[in-house]
Amino acid sequence: MNEGKSARVLVVTSGKGGVGKTTSTAALGVALAKDGDKVVVVDFDVGLRNLDLVLGAERRVVFDLINVINGVAKLPQALIRDKRLENLYLLPASQTRDKEALTEDGVAKVIAELRGKFDWIICDSPAGIERGATLAMRHADAAIIVTNPEVSSVRDSDRIIGLLDSKTERAERGECVDKHLLITRYHPWRAARGEMLSIDDVLEILSVPLLGIIPESEEVLRASNVGSPVTLNAALSPPARAYFEAAHRLKGEQIPMHIPSESRSIFNKLFGRKAA
Amino acid sequence: MNLLHLFRRGSAPVARERLQILLAHEREARNEPDLLGVLREEILAVISRHVAFDPDKVQITMDRGKNVSTLAVDIEIPNRRRAADTAAPVGRLALEPRPALARSLWTNGLV
Repeated sequence: MNEGKSARVLVVTSGKGGVGKTTSTAALGVALAKDGDKVVVVDFDVGLRNLDLVLGAERRVVFDLINVINGVAKLPQALIRDKRLENLYLLPASQTRDKEALTEDGVAKVIAELRGKFDWIICDSPAGIERGATLAMRHADAAIIVTNPEVSSVRDSDRIIGLLDSKTERAERGECVDKHLLITRYHPWRAARGEMLSIDDVLEILSVPLLGIIPESEEVLRASNVGSPVTLNAALSPPARAYFEAAHRLKGEQIPMHIPSESRSIFNKLFGRKAA
Repeated sequence: MNLLHLFRRGSAPVARERLQILLAHEREARNEPDLLGVLREEILAVISRHVAFDPDKVQITMDRGKNVSTLAVDIEIPNRRRAADTAAPVGRLALEPRPALARSLWTNGLV
């Protein structure tokens, strides 16, 4: 199954939980696959896997990452091919096995094998800074730091940036992991009223180049509900467009950043109604 | 989200300021040993060479500011007893009346 490819390894990380790592992994995986690239998304959240659910593949999981590491299954047996996008594959995390089974050598072997078969390997990191999170970032060429414009998320992102600069293979070789900031759950009207950290605030504090701004949207929730990432389920919605643009930026394209803006009328502002 | 709210200043500037100060300290601490911990150990070691005190009666507070941080160490030192002739268990020392208060305060850019 080696197709002579040389994948770029991405880690989607944040430190804090619940900021949108898994959602973003799935949405970006779909966006890159739709563009014709061969993509595998790898769930590193052993014991609390969810990437399968967000991708709508939860009933198709037979083998997982730890089975491959332990030699119970071969890598091609554990890879689940998406039913809608033939270029998209999932390597699920184990739901029951002990986290200790995730070994450094095992992960290194799996990533090395995947590198030859795919254009993109997207590692969905668990929250926290424990083994699962450090192993997810270990082999990364680039990192997507998912941050909400909120104090605890920004602080944790800063901590993760420190780990990316010290604990990754690239850092140990004296090289740098390319870092990209993905701001999710952005509320334009809250930022405009000074109730939420602005994009500029977050960028100034973290000093990481911006990959995209995903506006808060019910489409993202709906996408998770039905097991179809927003870039597949509502491809023209504002969050999906933001993910597509982010995917293009990952491929090196220069696309002007568009900051989601206030979409409510003066009337609604004054009388407190949300725009539809 | 009514007219009143338009006149109220948002809390984002406060969030920004707090984060900037906090992260400046955390980034510095990332590459260095825990300065506060080192100071605490060494200060207590020096003092215990001269007087006996109850480790539970030591209070250390820290306030990290943008330009200047303060470290305050409050140690209750029992009156009229020196370390050399105090063989009594530490717990008893706390019962001594009118403990003297040794207070050290640094205010010079400790971060």
